[in-house]
Amino acid sequence: MSIGHTLLGLLESGPRHGYDLKRAFDEHFGQDRPLHYGQVYSTMSRLLKNGLVEVDGVEAGAGPERKRYAITDAGVTDVAQWLSRPEKPEPYLQSTLYTKVVLALMTERNAAELLDTQRAEHLRLMRGLTERKRKGDLADQLICDHALFHLEADLRWLELTAARLDRLAETVRG
Amino acid sequence: MTPEGSLLAADGLHKAYGATPALDGADFSVHPGEVVAVLGPSGSGKSTLLHVLAGIVRPDSGTVRYGDRELTGMNDTERSALRRTDFGFVFQFGQLVPELTCVENVALPLRLNGVRRKEAERQARDWLERLEVEDIRGQRPGEVSGGQGQRVAVARALATRPRVLFADEPTGALDSLNGERVMTLLTDAARDTSAAVVLVTHEARVAAYSDREIVVRDGKVKDMLAGLQ
Repeated sequence: MSIGHTLLGLLESGPRHGYDLKRAFDEHFGQDRPLHYGQVYSTMSRLLKNGLVEVDGVEAGAGPERKRYAITDAGVTDVAQWLSRPEKPEPYLQSTLYTKVVLALMTERNAAELLDTQRAEHLRLMRGLTERKRKGDLADQLICDHALFHLEADLRWLELTAARLDRLAETVRG
Repeated sequence: MTPEGSLLAADGLHKAYGATPALDGADFSVHPGEVVAVLGPSGSGKSTLLHVLAGIVRPDSGTVRYGDRELTGMNDTERSALRRTDFGFVFQFGQLVPELTCVENVALPLRLNGVRRKEAERQARDWLERLEVEDIRGQRPGEVSGGQGQRVAVARALATRPRVLFADEPTGALDSLNGERVMTLLTDAARDTSAAVVLVTHEARVAAYSDREIVVRDGKVKDMLAGLQ
């Protein structure tokens, strides 16, 4: 995820302090991985340097100064461009699981067992996500669904591979 | 998982259709309130296992124990009575009676068990409400959507408060959203009533609603929980 673009997007609705930005980010996007303050401030200095944000005001307090950031016109354009640009789909061609299956077959180990163990591990994770979905709000449900569909795709590949193990064994053992 | 404390347990099941073995020494157990997913490729013996466990198909050898009774030793009438009182069934297509309204469909198994019409329909309405389809109670199956029909089928299966619910691809004909809602409602209701659920599915996202999974391959059962211990 592009943290810079996400923080810029959050600034579009109005100026915010670094702390507010972190809180808004964590609330909407940081369920599993909340931002560190350090990441917020280093990202904001970069955006400031590139003219995408500006300092809208500074509050002096007992601690360090609190800067309030506002998005610039260049920042708004940058967010718009980022949103309209399609993400490159990840083809996952370098699959560790595929490598393991091939190596298991080459070394005459039990590849079906390996796939069974992997299925159990995937399902364990999917159960956790399904439970979180049951208890969560709509945002939780959408985040979990995204992960669940990817895990499901892995499992479909796994079932297909399990059904083709004999043929794959002939190929890799030459 | 050991069959100790299990509600339904099978040991060494064999079943062949002609020369083709469908079950080849399959073991199985499920506890009250537990949801077990039965996974495996097409033709692996999943549905045969479900039919043998439910007493619909008699195995060539092996035993099925339900509580302290042996299903495999019962005659057809006894097994049929047990299926009506203690077991519930949900299939891929609802198999509702087209001439009856939704509420009458849900009330039907209660009526067959001797519950009076008014009381049966009151309970049926409660189940329809729980499955979020109370508003279609007066409609016939041909007049409702696939998702609604399947919820009615789940309500019907649960209406007799079965101790074991057998579900064979219960969301197979539904879109993702409807399928997930049906699974949530089905597993919630089953857990609330401590019913054991035997869930045959080829969909991982459906299996994720279970407590554990078994894999059927070439007529044999692999219990992944035991396999990982």
